[in-house]
Amino acid sequence: MLQTKKISSVELTSHFLQRIDQNRELNAFITVDAETALANARQADISLNDKSGDLLTGLPLALKDIFCTRGMLTSCGSRMLANFTSPYDATVTERLNAAGSVLLGKTNMDEFAMGSSNESSYFGPVLNPWNVDCVPGGSSGGSAAAVSARLCPATVGTDTGGSIRQPAAFCGLTGLKPSYGRVSRYGMVAFASSLDQAGPITQSAEDAALLLQAMAGFDPRDSTSLDIEVPDFLPALKTSLDGVTVGVAASFLDSTLDPDVLAGIEEALRTFENLGARLVDIELPNSSAGIPCYYVIALAEASSNLSRFDGVRYGHRAEQYDDLMDMYEQSRAEGFGDEVKRRILIGTYALSAGYYDAYYLKAQKIRRIIADDFRNAFQRCDLIAAPTTPTTAFRLSEKVDDPVAMYLNDIFTVPVNLAGLPAVSIPVGLDQATMPIGMQLIGPYLEESRILAAAHSYQQVTPWHQRIPEAFT
Amino acid sequence: MAWESVIGLEVHVQLQTRSKIFSSAATAYGAQPNTQACAVDIALPGVLPVMNHQVALMAVKFGLATGATVNCRSIFARKNYFYPDLPKGYQISQYELPIVSGGQLAIDSGNGEKIIRITRAHLEEDAGKSLHDEFDGLSGIDLNRAGTPLLEVVSEPDLRSPLEAVTYLRKLHSLVRYLEICDGNMQEGSFRCDANVSIRPYGADTLGTRTELKNINSFRFVEKAIQQEIQRQIELIEDGGQVIQETRLYDPLADETRPMRGKEEAHDYRYFPDPDLPPLIIEQAELEKVRDTLPELPDARRERFVHQYQLTPADADQLTSDREIADFFETTADAAGGDSRSAANWINGELMARLNRDNRPIGENRITPKALGALICRINDQTISGKIAKDIFSALWEGEHDVDGIIDARGLRQISDSDALEQVIEEVLGRCVEQATQFRDGQEKVLGYLVGQVMKATKGKANPQAVNAILRQKLSP
Repeated sequence: MLQTKKISSVELTSHFLQRIDQNRELNAFITVDAETALANARQADISLNDKSGDLLTGLPLALKDIFCTRGMLTSCGSRMLANFTSPYDATVTERLNAAGSVLLGKTNMDEFAMGSSNESSYFGPVLNPWNVDCVPGGSSGGSAAAVSARLCPATVGTDTGGSIRQPAAFCGLTGLKPSYGRVSRYGMVAFASSLDQAGPITQSAEDAALLLQAMAGFDPRDSTSLDIEVPDFLPALKTSLDGVTVGVAASFLDSTLDPDVLAGIEEALRTFENLGARLVDIELPNSSAGIPCYYVIALAEASSNLSRFDGVRYGHRAEQYDDLMDMYEQSRAEGFGDEVKRRILIGTYALSAGYYDAYYLKAQKIRRIIADDFRNAFQRCDLIAAPTTPTTAFRLSEKVDDPVAMYLNDIFTVPVNLAGLPAVSIPVGLDQATMPIGMQLIGPYLEESRILAAAHSYQQVTPWHQRIPEAFT
Repeated sequence: MAWESVIGLEVHVQLQTRSKIFSSAATAYGAQPNTQACAVDIALPGVLPVMNHQVALMAVKFGLATGATVNCRSIFARKNYFYPDLPKGYQISQYELPIVSGGQLAIDSGNGEKIIRITRAHLEEDAGKSLHDEFDGLSGIDLNRAGTPLLEVVSEPDLRSPLEAVTYLRKLHSLVRYLEICDGNMQEGSFRCDANVSIRPYGADTLGTRTELKNINSFRFVEKAIQQEIQRQIELIEDGGQVIQETRLYDPLADETRPMRGKEEAHDYRYFPDPDLPPLIIEQAELEKVRDTLPELPDARRERFVHQYQLTPADADQLTSDREIADFFETTADAAGGDSRSAANWINGELMARLNRDNRPIGENRITPKALGALICRINDQTISGKIAKDIFSALWEGEHDVDGIIDARGLRQISDSDALEQVIEEVLGRCVEQATQFRDGQEKVLGYLVGQVMKATKGKANPQAVNAILRQKLSP
């Protein structure tokens, strides 16, 4: 629409800025910079007029507040960074800017991306646009709520154990976690370095492909980013599902799954069959070890990654302290919320002398076994279909006091991160309470094109990705 | 009881790259605080380390030079602890899989060669500096040094005396300068030494409890610090006490070691592989390329000097301890028409004395090997006397460089012409009748006096051998 000039970037940007303003109660944004956004939109319109535009020219976007943005608050949902303005842009920020997108602002999130409900944010919980008594999921809860309520056409989140896919599922959206190494982590505040990946939260697989195209690619500033050519994701969307084998693990569809979610998944699988796909049984025998394995590795890394927040150079520093040690303790006690502290403590414990072998080393071994399970499964199928979450969105504060129940929400998403694979969550129906149901399509390493094409084929014949929560139509 | 001391050294060798180990910031010493610290060095949220491969190649060079195993795959690990000058809250180091393991260095132990085993050499980043004196009641942090590449060379506890320890340290210092991987500047902290020291009764095969002496920054202090610490441990044990494992600092003013303050509990560094950095891979081809660039090492060069230049082992040792001095010597010997012994004598004698006096490295001296060689040639062809040569050497030291020019301009050419000399000798004999008679009476010693008088009369320019001969001839009965 932008390129055919049916609407200008300024018009589009103003429209979304207005919607953000009208829906502040959702608490989806931490920062909105209308002035800069409109200035950039005006620039974009000039480019669009002289046809010098790029892939995303004029498209309004929002970033999870974990991406460094020069001159704009980058809080990571924490009191620790509530005063931190980054002097540099993350690679993702830089690439989306270079592609011409217009940054509306930064979206709310669980503190340091630690959470599955967006309730650990220092800036307060985000509400689910489908039912404001429910959580939007997390940790990219603000990003998902913003797209779901159409405060923004698309956003970018991060996914360490499901933080893109789970909120996308809870909010009826398409959320893609790319393969580890596909997108640069430079300038993304680190949670768990070996698991973190940035990816889009969008209304469709097509939009996700477009954003991934702009974000992906080697970055010499991130040694874990892959120095390989980035495929053309958009043309690849047209690949048909005919003859594609879809692996389904019976253990993922057992009685512990919410019946409505199960029904939604089964219905979606039938649609896949109707589109020419063939379902095959696969086994992922060790995926139940995913959660404990993930929580050891992720939290061990996090405990070290978060050490830099010490109040010395930037971020929160306590006003009163007796000595150096006290300054550290007070600053970190005040700057971090409960969930972050809990995770730092667990991670520190797992790395401690005498426990390292039993926890961290063992978890690394399990991680390899889980990755092997996927490799074996992909001998038999082209992609794997699985529920994204065991239930649809739960109610606010329902699980706040039960961390284990909260962690178990990631049971289907976490193994994918451990194996470094790409996965996309797509909406496949609504439950009896009209809350969205998500299904994830998991691909072999670097096969984003394959899962996006499958998601796109499905979205060509189903309405779920177009459903907007009633209050926000 | 007779005690044996057991010493192992951990040496931090600062690798002389232009940029840091994990960032592109400069490593130059002495810049204004925090002007050489980029986003990565100050550990802003979201930044990531990227390995400077030059650093790895320098470590490889060290590994090859010490006959060690260069591990083609090594792992960076995080060493976690809180300190204000450690921006990330962890130091990136190598733990389980270092880049270099198992090497050795031969030292001269006083009674023959002794092999000191090197356990490992691993790469790590340096921390910043805390500045406590500049600000009233506050501490400043300078992160310029944060991220400077270090190679930590850990020896086995093979050293048995403070002298052996300092000999090993000098050898290591010489080696890293030969390899051009470290500037060796101890004042600036480019070469820092920690010593692990324990004692045990002679003949015992178990080790005593060790203490660690931190950051000793000169060869002299290393020797003294270890000496003091051994003495302290002996006295402690002989008084019925026990050595406790602790970190101590050497105070050169009081010449004693003291426990380091504020380390109340043992650290658990919680090492784990750094997920931001893939394994460090050294390809075989790369290794071979480094091997090809290896210079002639000090030991080999010393052997060659003894044979090729007919030098004494002591002279050769002194000349080869520093790569630049050895280079200087070889060029000088060449310019001196192959008179390598004179070249060695001038360099080890006059030149070293002046360098030591002014505390200057050889690179900052103004005498060129070519000029020194020319000077030696003029002595050898009897254009000048040895005494005059010292004056010319001084002129060269002050920055002049044309030896022949100096000789001509100042009329320093030696007088060997017998007519000219005879005239002077006649004069001298006219004045010194008594001495002449004494000589004729058999008092040989007097000849020296007479030669001296001639030298004095010619302002040192007379050729002493010629004077000698003419005098003998004239005084012969």
